[in-house]
Amino acid sequence: MSAQSLLAARRPVPGVYLALVLTVAIGWLVVMLRGGALFNQATMVSLLHVAAGLGLVAVGQTLVILGGSLDLSVAYVVSLSTLVAAETMNGSDTALVPGVLLALAVSAGIGLLNGLLIARFRINAFIATLGVGLLLKGYLDSNYDGPAGATSPSLVQSLGYQRIGPVPVSFLLLLVAAVAAGLALNRTRFGHHLLAVGGDAEVARLSGVRNQRVLVTAHVLCSLCAGLAGVYLAARLGSGAPRVGTEGIYDLESIAAVVIGGTALAGGRGGVAGTVGGVLLLASIDAIFNQLEVDSFAKQVVRGVIIIAAVAVYARRTIRKGRS
Amino acid sequence: MRRTRASIVALVVLSLAACSTDQPATGPSGAPSATGAGTGEQSKFFVQADYDAELAMLGATATGPADKPWEQVLNPKMVETTKFKKKGPHKICFSNAALNNPWRQVGFKTMQAEVETHRDQISEFVHVDAEGKDQKQIADINDLLGKGCDALIVSPNTTATLTPAVEAACRTGIPVVVFDRGVETTCPVTYINPIGGYGFGHVGAEFVAQKMKPGGKVLALRILPGVDVLETRWSAAKLVFDRAKVDVVGVEFTDGDPAKTKKIVDDYLQRHGTIDGIWMDAGAVAVAAVEAFQDAGKPVPPINGEDQLDFLRMWKDKGLTAIAPTYPTYQWRTPIIAALRILDGKPVSDPWKLPQPTITQENLGDYLDPAMPPLHYAMCGCTGLPGYPQRWK
Amino acid sequence: MTTGDTLLRRLPRVRAGGLLPILVILGVLLILVAIRQPGFLAPGSLMSFLGRSAPIILLAAGQYFVIVSGEFDLSVGSLVTAQVVIAARLIDGEPDRTWPVVALVIVSSAFVGLVNGVITTWLRVPSFITTLGMLLILVGAVYFWSDGSPKGELSEQFRRFGRRAFEDVPVFGRVPYALLVVLVLALLAIVLMRSDFGRTLVAVGDSPRAAELSGVRVARTRTIAFVLSGVAAGVAAILLGGYSGVSFQAGSGLEFSAITAVVLGGVALGGGRGAVLGAMLGALTLELLFALMNFSGVSGTVRPAVQGAIILLAVAVSAARSPSD
Repeated sequence: MSAQSLLAARRPVPGVYLALVLTVAIGWLVVMLRGGALFNQATMVSLLHVAAGLGLVAVGQTLVILGGSLDLSVAYVVSLSTLVAAETMNGSDTALVPGVLLALAVSAGIGLLNGLLIARFRINAFIATLGVGLLLKGYLDSNYDGPAGATSPSLVQSLGYQRIGPVPVSFLLLLVAAVAAGLALNRTRFGHHLLAVGGDAEVARLSGVRNQRVLVTAHVLCSLCAGLAGVYLAARLGSGAPRVGTEGIYDLESIAAVVIGGTALAGGRGGVAGTVGGVLLLASIDAIFNQLEVDSFAKQVVRGVIIIAAVAVYARRTIRKGRS
Repeated sequence: MRRTRASIVALVVLSLAACSTDQPATGPSGAPSATGAGTGEQSKFFVQADYDAELAMLGATATGPADKPWEQVLNPKMVETTKFKKKGPHKICFSNAALNNPWRQVGFKTMQAEVETHRDQISEFVHVDAEGKDQKQIADINDLLGKGCDALIVSPNTTATLTPAVEAACRTGIPVVVFDRGVETTCPVTYINPIGGYGFGHVGAEFVAQKMKPGGKVLALRILPGVDVLETRWSAAKLVFDRAKVDVVGVEFTDGDPAKTKKIVDDYLQRHGTIDGIWMDAGAVAVAAVEAFQDAGKPVPPINGEDQLDFLRMWKDKGLTAIAPTYPTYQWRTPIIAALRILDGKPVSDPWKLPQPTITQENLGDYLDPAMPPLHYAMCGCTGLPGYPQRWK
Repeated sequence: MTTGDTLLRRLPRVRAGGLLPILVILGVLLILVAIRQPGFLAPGSLMSFLGRSAPIILLAAGQYFVIVSGEFDLSVGSLVTAQVVIAARLIDGEPDRTWPVVALVIVSSAFVGLVNGVITTWLRVPSFITTLGMLLILVGAVYFWSDGSPKGELSEQFRRFGRRAFEDVPVFGRVPYALLVVLVLALLAIVLMRSDFGRTLVAVGDSPRAAELSGVRVARTRTIAFVLSGVAAGVAAILLGGYSGVSFQAGSGLEFSAITAVVLGGVALGGGRGAVLGAMLGALTLELLFALMNFSGVSGTVRPAVQGAIILLAVAVSAARSPSD
């Protein structure tokens, strides 16, 4: 397999940003006609905060999906990470760094488990991560009957609430994570191999890619991202929260953001830039519907339609390209 | 070879799953041999002082108009609010934890109707639904602060995690009113809620423990682990059952799913032959639990539900031995009333403790409204509000 | 369709060997339950257990058709919820409306399956996404329509399908209606999988391109699989609504239970391998596991972990048994 064909798997910045601009424009117009303003500073900050949490998880999810895998355990990893971080910190600034590192280490360990179950024991990713999710749920349910621990005040102040103009620090963290993931995908051998494995595992193997190692690495990175989202949420909430991941539906929402961003669910095609666009699109819809005070159930219907429509559009494009 | 090894592993795990349960440590299913508290350790969220205070309030008399429990206060402690006095009409904003269950639906409709009765004083009522997500509610509150609200009402999704956001809201200088779940700060002008979870759990457990045969078997059915308001209900019930030396044979989580509830009750009936009492931390699946006894052809034991009409109707029709402690939905009226009083500069009580009536055999008839749908909550205090009954159907 | 016929002849029949692991697990669980709770195996209680397991068995069978053809159906749980809530509101306690609503539930469920199938095959949206979107749409729409709280009431006539039984039957004790429904439909499903359609379905899942080249209409076959899954969800909704009444929780999480059951039953995600009987036995195993946990008093909070461990182990074991990827 030549480098040429590996690189061809990349695509330009996807159309999700066009959809984002259109959505925001329409939303802005509708809200303005009703006499409101869509984007004051407070709304913008809120939107970017919501995007930061989901975005961190979705960036990780992008990596495993690109590799032809999937992670349904992220919601529980997020919850666990908030608890590990907050309980280790226990309200003191001196334990800040150990707390963050421990949370990330635990998350990475779960990613390793996911990766091994999938790559070495050849359990389908859907079932493997569902099963690991259940294990984590059992642990959380048996050990926590509510929020626990206390996040270091300085972390709450910085990562949780600090912002530069309308841009929260947490959103900058998301951008850093996204750029890092993007560089890893496009500039490193791991990235090229991951896309190759996701494109055609058999071909990748025959051309010398060590599929197992690549997939395990992707899963570790995915869980690390979820762990980072957990650290951010611990900073935002001030304590560890055993239900925050599942309440946020981070598993399905992150997958939705990834595919809206143009990454193929089958793997091999797409990238993190699209995912960030997908996250921003979902967050903008949230913000617009909030302004219009539309019933959240109606919003869910709209989200469902958008997810299907977005992927249908990508599918059409791929077919056309395939024909030309 | 591989096959046999695999089967052996499977066998071992399966047997472990089944056998490990004989040890009392694995579950609160209460091996009667366990010494001391039969229901296991107390939740770490249990606060003795709060518990004592709530139980004392169950017997207290409230001040305020007798026919309007949503305006009554238990043990009032009035606070000055003149600094918030402002000319109307007002823009009132409400950050809502969720609308995802019938209790919150009934409550929110009651609140909307209450707003309608104050049309002259409220020019705009902004409602944002956090869909049960802490981080969305934090963002929502922040967002509302940029909208020029005259007062902010918050029904927090989680006590601990919403505290910083509510503190931030207080700092802007607008009056903040919190209700239902609380926050860990006294910065809001007032915190409104009924007596609370300990009271709820205690009333149900006392009834079940007294009405059943001494030393009988109780099955506790809970909705979810890890939800603060539900944890307090269970921790109060534990104390009652431990004191009454009741054999709590199981504590199960139903996820609010009636099918799962029926299966659990059915299996417990098979396992123990009889169940002498059912305690529930919320009424959502009370009807399913009763049906499980009916379908198994067994008498329905003493049970507690909540004020949902499907349970109340079944109680009357089948002549159940039942009680319904309530967490009244009329508390959704009070924050609007409080906010307007504060904006008028009139003193309000902080905390504003509302009475928490219990439906018993004696007053059951007062709450059976045949016109309302089965999942309506009878204790809504909404019969006199505009749009009744159509709005709640 | 001569080319299609030759392809079908070359394809092996559905491999029955895949049933062994699930039979072993089921057997072990049965023994454990029998030790723990001997009375469980008495005809009356066994029949009741099978009756209450009927909805998830049907959902597993429906999910099997979709999975073996190489797709996913995540929308079944919310379809069940939607149908139960809709049925309650339409019937509103009136016995006369029972049969029309039963018909409506089945037809509209088939229609939802058709929409899933058409979007997946014609618009080429991966079924995971199609049915995830459908899940959001169905739940959102039914909450929106009923204003966040289910309204109306199911009639006793509607509820009997899932709740009542022929009592005092010799030998069996009692035979729940739901059990009869599931037996008949299971038999139909097995017959269907032995027909040409069944083999085509497996062929499509095994290698859509090969099937396409030999003249199989892949899109149509998969669409039919989605319709079958929809119908199964519709029937499951009738039985489940009957068993437990109206609630928004009626179908929550059932899509994951159904997929788990199918995989436990030895069916490969990705398609092409496994038997419908295995999928249904997988569902029964899952239900038996829950019953065992009720009988042995495993703490409610560790149950998810036990469930997760057993699923992972069972699937790892069967993955180790199959030589190919």
